[in-house]
Amino acid sequence: MNQDIFVAIEHLRGKVSEISYIMLAAAHALAKETGGQVAAIVFGQNAQSITSDFNADKVMYVDHPLLKDFNPEAYQKSMVGIIDEYKPRAVIFGHTTVGMDIVGGISAHLGLPLVSSVRTIEAGSKLISQICGGKIMAECDLPEGTALITLVPGGYKPEQGQAPQSPPLTSITPQQLGDLRISLNQYLEPESGDIDITKEPLLIAVGRGIQTQDNISLAEELAQAMGGEVCASRPVVDQGWLPTSRLVGKSGATVKPKVYLAIGISGAPEHAEAITGSDVIIAINTDPAAPIFNLAKYGTTADLFELIPLLTEQVRNIKG
Amino acid sequence: MATTAISQTPSFSETFFSSLYKVENGERFRTCLQCGSCSGVCPFGYLMDYPPGRMIAGLRADEFNLVMETDTVWMCVSCYACAQICPSKIPITAGLMTRTKEELLLAGNVPSELQSALENSQRYGNPMGESPRKRADWILGIEPQVTILGKDRRPVDILWFVGDYPSYHTRVQSVAKSLAKVLNALGVNFGILGPEENSDGDTQRLAGERGLFEMLAEKNGKIFSRYQFDRIITSDPHAYNALKNEYPTLGITYPVQHYTQFLAERIDQLKPLLVKEIQATVTYHDPCYLGRVNGIFTEPRILLEAIPGIKLVEMSHNQTSSLCCGGGGGGMWLDGFQWEKAHARLSEWRVREAVDIGANILAVACPYEPPRFEDAVKTIPQAEQLAVKDIVELLADALG
Amino acid sequence: MNIIVPVKLVPDLVEELSIDSSGVALDTAWLRMIVNEFDDHAIEQAIILKEKTGAHVTIISVNVEGIDDLLFTASAKGADRLIKLTGDVESGVNNHALARGLAAFIKELKPDLILTGVQAHNDLDGSLGPQLAEYLGMPYIGYISGVKADGEKVNVRKEYPGGLIGEMQASLPVLLGIQASEQPPRYVAISKVRQMMKTVSIEEVDLSALDSKGAPVVNRMFQPEATERATMLSENADEAAIQLINIFKELGTL
Repeated sequence: MNQDIFVAIEHLRGKVSEISYIMLAAAHALAKETGGQVAAIVFGQNAQSITSDFNADKVMYVDHPLLKDFNPEAYQKSMVGIIDEYKPRAVIFGHTTVGMDIVGGISAHLGLPLVSSVRTIEAGSKLISQICGGKIMAECDLPEGTALITLVPGGYKPEQGQAPQSPPLTSITPQQLGDLRISLNQYLEPESGDIDITKEPLLIAVGRGIQTQDNISLAEELAQAMGGEVCASRPVVDQGWLPTSRLVGKSGATVKPKVYLAIGISGAPEHAEAITGSDVIIAINTDPAAPIFNLAKYGTTADLFELIPLLTEQVRNIKG
Repeated sequence: MATTAISQTPSFSETFFSSLYKVENGERFRTCLQCGSCSGVCPFGYLMDYPPGRMIAGLRADEFNLVMETDTVWMCVSCYACAQICPSKIPITAGLMTRTKEELLLAGNVPSELQSALENSQRYGNPMGESPRKRADWILGIEPQVTILGKDRRPVDILWFVGDYPSYHTRVQSVAKSLAKVLNALGVNFGILGPEENSDGDTQRLAGERGLFEMLAEKNGKIFSRYQFDRIITSDPHAYNALKNEYPTLGITYPVQHYTQFLAERIDQLKPLLVKEIQATVTYHDPCYLGRVNGIFTEPRILLEAIPGIKLVEMSHNQTSSLCCGGGGGGMWLDGFQWEKAHARLSEWRVREAVDIGANILAVACPYEPPRFEDAVKTIPQAEQLAVKDIVELLADALG
Repeated sequence: MNIIVPVKLVPDLVEELSIDSSGVALDTAWLRMIVNEFDDHAIEQAIILKEKTGAHVTIISVNVEGIDDLLFTASAKGADRLIKLTGDVESGVNNHALARGLAAFIKELKPDLILTGVQAHNDLDGSLGPQLAEYLGMPYIGYISGVKADGEKVNVRKEYPGGLIGEMQASLPVLLGIQASEQPPRYVAISKVRQMMKTVSIEEVDLSALDSKGAPVVNRMFQPEATERATMLSENADEAAIQLINIFKELGTL
């Protein structure tokens, strides 16, 4: 077994997912500890060029028509083959709809240890995981053998996983993928909304704290007065109070506005990871222990039902 | 054996109808004249596919399944206006409307807003979903400190059943604080249950969750039996109604008063303490569950008239004809649903009446009302200067 | 169709969480347990499939305090069979051990479809579904928000970021990690649950000799330091509004 750190790169329809760069950054932090190299593992079809900005020591690339789009069965089999042959010190997967679909099966199949929800790697090969909605952190040692890790965003910046030159690429012979029991029929685009919230400089976001569909009008009026747009966290969209085009979070959009006003949002990781790119986050939540206050630059525990109308009124007065 | 083409099993309407007879005075359903007064006086009757009168007609025609397919019965706010006005004295609210909601709930036909309030009540003992441990956080800063019976196991004269909204809702906590101030000023020996208190469950009962009501009542009953006190007072007419009229049917019986009754009894002791003048024209809104349902009209007015500087005026709908604020029967947790159907809120009608009568202050005595009326004030242009205050908040102000 | 739904309870995040004196586990004194939200959706999805195809639904969970209520509620929604795992497994089990233990038992039940929550917020060694699938030799797809039965296969909607959906197909038997059911979990009147308590029984199955190899050993648990906590403005709405207006002006938003 070598001391290399492998990274299970994720890409979707030709574009590398941001988590891949975060994983590469984390992999370097771990490689420093183990003394090995960072290898990006890429599966796809004619996808070599996506590795052009990877901060990795090498790329191992597997080309196969059945790997063009993510298929849990095909990807798992391929990854099992690579791990079994090269026996790295650790493999980092994204804690995502891609990584999480295969890492558990790989752990069971090869009998390898698995640590999930890891956020950062600290000196002494210590893995710090984030659980219970971000309220609890757990520290574990890097397990012996080939350790499987799933990584959540937040501990490293994507820029740390990028480099100006593409790393050397080796083509790996694909596994026999055999008859697959899973197949992809098609992708369905999200219902097109009137606006693209990822392009808005000012977002007024509502969460569970808004309590009823009707109260969303408070946020809409403020947004209108200020020239911004309304978006929401998952509970609001799940209820059907706003369309999925307005969803900000793990399964929705990642946004980087100038100002993100979070109203009645607790700041759980699935939402938090999608807003950390904002310039300024301002949070309104009556719970002083809400995790959002660790992300926000400014915060208040004032009651949103009092504060928002006051704010709207004052904005209107200023704008005349 | 002869077979018949017509099913021998009782139809849904029949079984439902017979279940209505089991409600107190339920046999009066047979005496409905179809006069239409109930549907007419119902604040949302104009919106319902089947207002109360038509529901009874549907039962008689064995077509109640049609009623069950609609969702407009959720517009009912359990205000008792129908039961009040019915010439045959049919228990429409408690019998028909509640029972229909129960059936809808059993069939899974329940608006999602209401669903979370019910689930929260079951899990956390309050419809807001707040941690039970924080139920007494409002007492912080009050001197002398409010006794929490679980911590300070001493006998008290009065057990004050605070209620969900005065405990947790930021606007209504001031009502709780005010009552604590007044009780302290009178030297009353009282205690609260704090984290051990569960929702009284009355509104949940009227929203169709009989099982949840019984569960909450049983829990409260067990807690009551641990402590020594002479009587219970409450800041919430819904809790008052539950404790007085419903809990005894489950074997939980204690003398209970609404705080207005308790303080009115002590008016001679209280009045001299009301030293600070409040110059205002005040109109009092009779809460459905204090007034119409339980006949308590005079005591709240006695308290208001004792405050120096106050001029008391009556709105056109008052006492038994009082207009519901819209919070009962689950209405508190169906705001979005009801707004979608009506685009009007009952609370707004009431605020307009207060404005019409020239009031500066709309006085209330139920915890649902301050937030509901204050929201309505914000949407009515002429109501900008109207303040909404619980009677006890005015008393606390007048103590100086 | 024979559907099995493994479910579990997780710490309720409404309460404050704290670490116990050992430093490696949650303090259970004030801990309130609640059904794993995704498992709740899995139950709902199973019931929806039962309503559409007449499937048989079995709910399985480890015996912990409060589990009976969850099982009877599932029964009131329409679940056919309730199974509670007892024995060594009750003192706490990670997903590796549970997956191994469950696989041996579930194999006997010959399910066509297994639905379980895609993850739980207290998981530290990955989620249950994919590991269980591997031990059963079944394929796995996770982050599912819609399941349609189609003879010997299922058509599913897999969630991707940005609201994108991957429409996929899997031949039975398959294990699915549920993110969201087609409609939110339905309400069940308490009277119905109480009725189930009187009429329905929960089977108990002993699960001992657990192999928890593969899960990490926790050195310590701690609460995150609020390293960069927000500058807190007034908690009074009037004052906060003025402060916010000033901040917006500084930022050039106004």
